Amino acid sequence: MKKEAKDTVINIHNLYKSFGETKVLNGFNLELLEGENLVLMGKSGSGKSVMIKCLVGLMEPDKGKVEVLGRDISKMKRQELDELRADIGFLFQGSALYDSMTVRENLEFPLRRHTHKFNLENTDELVLEALKNVGLPHTIDMMPAELSGGMQRRIALARALILKPKIILYDEPTTGLDPITAKEIILLMLDIQKKYKTSSLIITHDVDCARVISNRMILLLDGVNYAEGSFEELSESKDPKIMAFFK
Amino acid sequence: MDGNYSFRKNISAFFIEIGELTGFAGRFFQELFSRPFEFREFLRQSYNMGNRSMLLVGVTGFILGLVFTLQSRPTLMEFGAVSWMPSMISISIVREIGPVVIALILAGRIGSGIGAELGSMKVTEQIDAMEVSGTNPFKFLVVTRILATTLMVPILVILGDFIALLGSALVENLKGNVSFTLYFNQVFNTLEFSDLFPATIKTFFFGFAIGLVGCFKGYNSKKGTAGVGKASNSAVVFTSMLLFIIDFIAVFITDIFYQ
Repeated sequence: MKKEAKDTVINIHNLYKSFGETKVLNGFNLELLEGENLVLMGKSGSGKSVMIKCLVGLMEPDKGKVEVLGRDISKMKRQELDELRADIGFLFQGSALYDSMTVRENLEFPLRRHTHKFNLENTDELVLEALKNVGLPHTIDMMPAELSGGMQRRIALARALILKPKIILYDEPTTGLDPITAKEIILLMLDIQKKYKTSSLIITHDVDCARVISNRMILLLDGVNYAEGSFEELSESKDPKIMAFFK
Repeated sequence: MDGNYSFRKNISAFFIEIGELTGFAGRFFQELFSRPFEFREFLRQSYNMGNRSMLLVGVTGFILGLVFTLQSRPTLMEFGAVSWMPSMISISIVREIGPVVIALILAGRIGSGIGAELGSMKVTEQIDAMEVSGTNPFKFLVVTRILATTLMVPILVILGDFIALLGSALVENLKGNVSFTLYFNQVFNTLEFSDLFPATIKTFFFGFAIGLVGCFKGYNSKKGTAGVGKASNSAVVFTSMLLFIIDFIAVFITDIFYQ
């Protein structure tokens, strides 16, 4: 199998997370291989965003192991975690651009935080390169509020890419966008993956997005992996719970 | 029974909030002395706060001095003590009215702004984005803002006090033919170290309280955009109450030392 030939970049084992009485993740497992596009699908409130936040240390799981690039994040100190985060790009659901900063400042922000990885003298070049990758170099001095939703999502993608991460996490990248812009974002994600050979974990409930981009899919139900396989395998399943995702 | 239960619940929530605010302040002091120092952001915040509040403080101070003098004049004239006007106004404004009124204005201007800004950043995941970028958002957003308010509120209060005295001097000049030089000579002859020092020290605490509560409310805001409005509103209410408590403590301590 191909799976054994590649390195594992993310390994989540037996992850549990509750909020009060509500159990969100109930023994969830995930393995992301190098260069792979793994799509995670689940209903709203099924714990997808919680899982991705546990993955980057924004939330602490109740139980379970999270390894990113071979390192257990629960055992890492703040500084080590920050250094590891330079290898992870994160595209937030609502773009999460800093609205008091220009596009240039938004993109410079991660660069200024990781001076060990980048020379600050090349900041302008890196910002421009990232903006060219998403087709928006002319927006460099604009404020996020002046941009459309689709443009904001592209800028957010440029910001996620600027540190040249090994892994990119997409939290519902096409949510809230019209079908044409959503398609543009999906194609952009594919281009980026080809260009930079990144490994991607994509959380979505957009079936079109999953069809185009996924190498493999996991269906999350009641906090556990309900099914796993390629898009074709899952979309042809006769299980009513799996079929519900593809309707 | 229901009213009693609701009252107890509110009291309990209030003390829980005080506990959380104390923990938040503790974290501020812990992060304040650890590297890296966000000096650039601190300067940006100080500049924004000072620059954007200057006009408001100036207008408020001027009207304060003007109105205070106009209102006091008839009473002092009745007792033949109108020559005491500069001394009385300067002591009242510098010791008490100036710091409290300007701090309350700034609680509305700066405190609510911080609450709304951080609250909005929280609900739109900008704070999470900052953390993922390898930045400590508490240090970058909270520590810099609290430090900036702690530094800028005293400066703005001094400015406001001075403009209030100018307003008062203008009334005296127009109504009592007192020259500006004579007015300010009397002001500076009256004011002593014991008037200026405690009044200035307490404004640092006012500034700290405005920054702390604004950041606390914004950073911990929940429940979407409604939470942002609530954070902004409760930042002003809570800070205003805290300012009076700080003022009471400051006056009480000053009284002990200068008795």
